[in-house]
Amino acid sequence: MSARIRHIAANTFREAVRDRVLYNLIAFALLLTGAAVLVGQISINIERLVVIHLGLTAVSLFGLVIAIFIGIGLVSKEIDKRTLYTVLSRPVKRWEFIAGKFFGLTGTLVVNTLCMAVGVFLALWYVSLRHQMLASDAWVLLALYFIVLQFVIITALALFFSSFSSPLLSAVFTFSLFVIGSFSEDLRGFAKMAHGMAGWLITAVAYIVPNFSALNIINQVGQGQGVAPQLIAYNTAYALVYTLAVLAGATLIFDRRSLK
Amino acid sequence: MAAIEILQLEKVYSVGFWRKRPKRALYPLDLVVEEGEIFGFLGPNGAGKTTTLKMLMGLVFPTAGSARILGLELDDPRMKAQIGFLPEQPYFYDYLTAVELLKYYGRLSGVDEKQLVSRVEAVLKRVALEDAAHLQLRKFSKGMLQRVGIAQAILHDPKVVFLDEPMSGLDPMGRREVRNLIEGLKAEGKTVFFSTHILSDAEALCDRVAIVHLGQLRGVGAVEELTAGVRAQVEMVWAGTSLPSGISALVAETHAAGDTMRAILPQEEQDAALDLLRRAGARLISVTPVRTSLEDYFLAQLGRNPSLDNPTESAKEGSAQLTTFGKP
Repeated sequence: MSARIRHIAANTFREAVRDRVLYNLIAFALLLTGAAVLVGQISINIERLVVIHLGLTAVSLFGLVIAIFIGIGLVSKEIDKRTLYTVLSRPVKRWEFIAGKFFGLTGTLVVNTLCMAVGVFLALWYVSLRHQMLASDAWVLLALYFIVLQFVIITALALFFSSFSSPLLSAVFTFSLFVIGSFSEDLRGFAKMAHGMAGWLITAVAYIVPNFSALNIINQVGQGQGVAPQLIAYNTAYALVYTLAVLAGATLIFDRRSLK
Repeated sequence: MAAIEILQLEKVYSVGFWRKRPKRALYPLDLVVEEGEIFGFLGPNGAGKTTTLKMLMGLVFPTAGSARILGLELDDPRMKAQIGFLPEQPYFYDYLTAVELLKYYGRLSGVDEKQLVSRVEAVLKRVALEDAAHLQLRKFSKGMLQRVGIAQAILHDPKVVFLDEPMSGLDPMGRREVRNLIEGLKAEGKTVFFSTHILSDAEALCDRVAIVHLGQLRGVGAVEELTAGVRAQVEMVWAGTSLPSGISALVAETHAAGDTMRAILPQEEQDAALDLLRRAGARLISVTPVRTSLEDYFLAQLGRNPSLDNPTESAKEGSAQLTTFGKP
């Protein structure tokens, strides 16, 4: 990574920290601790399942909100406030700016997820005081890794839309893609049943939207099931390739944009 | 080598949502700024000054034409490492302190990490912000932001400094300090290209100026060369409270103050006006030549003062290059 990308990424991370984005972690910790105590009292024998579901879904939602609401402003806010002028008038290439912003927000989300993961494991530890920790609980780490991969794609998408449209539209587009992408396996199944032009169209949409459903293994992990190593490699490669393609698109658009 | 060479640079924006229509922000512009010059780029609001600067900075892409800075293309990173830029009404990352902001910009400009701290300290001292060095920018006044903007523009010791309305938002003392700073940059051998609509600053500072209006270059040259083309005027003061008959046809403007009258008129009308005053029995107090200012020239170019005889002819007589473009 070039030094300029690193500096822009560090500044983006610092902005998130100074804007108190990471304060959501306190809310998250309180929520999970409270939920674990509550779950311990009202559920019989399924405390572990509920804590894993609740914890990982909360990690996913908190991260999604941060990725979208910071991501959509990464470029447009810099243009609106004209802070970009003093950056791009230096020896900084536009693609370096996009890459720096991407790594900065991704870094913020990774730190965020790591902190929230501690909360999830503390809640799991609490419920396991009565039922010992299981070896399969380690799969929670893999689910968290897949959630981070989702954040990486969402950040790239938010950045892509932010490079040419308003924050509101960027938020709508990104969230819509997240929702559609979460049902992409269903969409692919539906495409197999459809015929003719509609079949082609649905197949195209199903393969263009990000496949978030493949990156969601919360159910499996909750039930203590493992994941095949091929899936880990496949999901990792898929997320990286998809992210690179989206970032390349963002750079192509931003490279041609005049900053009025 | 010229510091800045602009060749037929023009910009046409597309405006409108559904039915796009062209809006010309800058007609083809030719301009050369020599190294070591303080060059003023003057014009009223909406003249095309900021558009020109944004094109030079690579923020806006020209519709046609080209430009080179220090002999290098506008997208050349080697060129960008040697220039500094202060945008109009600058806004910076307000969650950073002045020191953090300057370190960030210094790193992006490739300033050596070992020199960075001393550079930042020196530049903060130069813009009189040492006391606010560790204050977050969200607590800065408009004038302080302008100073930090100038600091980031000169931090990496650039050869050419572009300042868009550098005096904007500053009190008289601040303006004086910025003027001193710009003169200091010239003394260090740097080229300063700044846009402004405050003509007194340009007149006091610039080796040469260019005037743009409605996207067209109206004139370029040294201030004294440009103002030489403006018709000489005299100020006449006499005792009285009214204008003698016939004199109003000769004067450009009149002012009454107590029991004295003051009139500004072209120098060639001076004798005729004195005759009229004598015949009316008025007591003459003074006749003083009016120094032709850049403002007179500027207003003449904007068509708001008819006292310019013939701009093109005047420029031919002097060494100033005066360009007038007809609208295509």
